[in-house]
Amino acid sequence: MDYEVNGQTIEADEEGYITNLGDWTPELGGVIAVAEEIEMDDERWEVVNFLRDYYDEYQIAPAVRVLIKALKKTMGPEKGNNKYMYELFPYGPAKQACKIAGLPKPTGCV
Amino acid sequence: MTTKKFLYVNRKAPYGTIYALESLEVVLIGAAFEQDVSVAFLDDGVFQLTKGQDTGEIGVKNFSPTFRALGDYDVTKLYVEAESLAERGLTKDDLQDIQYEDEDDDYAEKPSIIIVNRAEMADVMADQDVVLSF
Repeated sequence: MDYEVNGQTIEADEEGYITNLGDWTPELGGVIAVAEEIEMDDERWEVVNFLRDYYDEYQIAPAVRVLIKALKKTMGPEKGNNKYMYELFPYGPAKQACKIAGLPKPTGCV
Repeated sequence: MTTKKFLYVNRKAPYGTIYALESLEVVLIGAAFEQDVSVAFLDDGVFQLTKGQDTGEIGVKNFSPTFRALGDYDVTKLYVEAESLAERGLTKDDLQDIQYEDEDDDYAEKPSIIIVNRAEMADVMADQDVVLSF
């Protein structure tokens, strides 16, 4: 399931995770979001950017539990909770947000 | 669900075989089940924790930064065998600084790496419910 950005084809696997992490741009993130039927806003970009920073530092896409715990610490309990995350990303925060962030599927995510 | 004590034992160098990476992935997956997880590093396994790893020339991912995420997964006990370090000319200073935040102590940062001697490592192993070797 490849993506098109400015006439360029970006390779992705059958689930829509991009193959080359280096291909990612915010623009591509927007295109993946459209495919996921997610309307991006500041709150959603905040999570996506957080995931990208986490990956930069640890070379891993965090599990949902870890993501929520980390968000709770940096952004407070009103954002670091399950309900808020699933409102932003109904099909699973780690799964959908990681896909939009151009990261691999989280380890342990089936 | 009763909690069991799991120990993952790493004896192989980080690259050249897939064991080290697979072990780390199993640890991360297993951590989701909220068991009491520890990780041990002995023999060439101690090289997994060395700092300044650069895999640029061998075309594989440098996954060593991921060890620093283990604290987020509540894996806070990384036992390293002193004799294995010494036999390879390594000291604690050659290893990454890996810490976890203790939620019960106002998120104080504490070291995850515990250097133990061979006899103590045997005790750590004897104390487990499940030992998985990589």
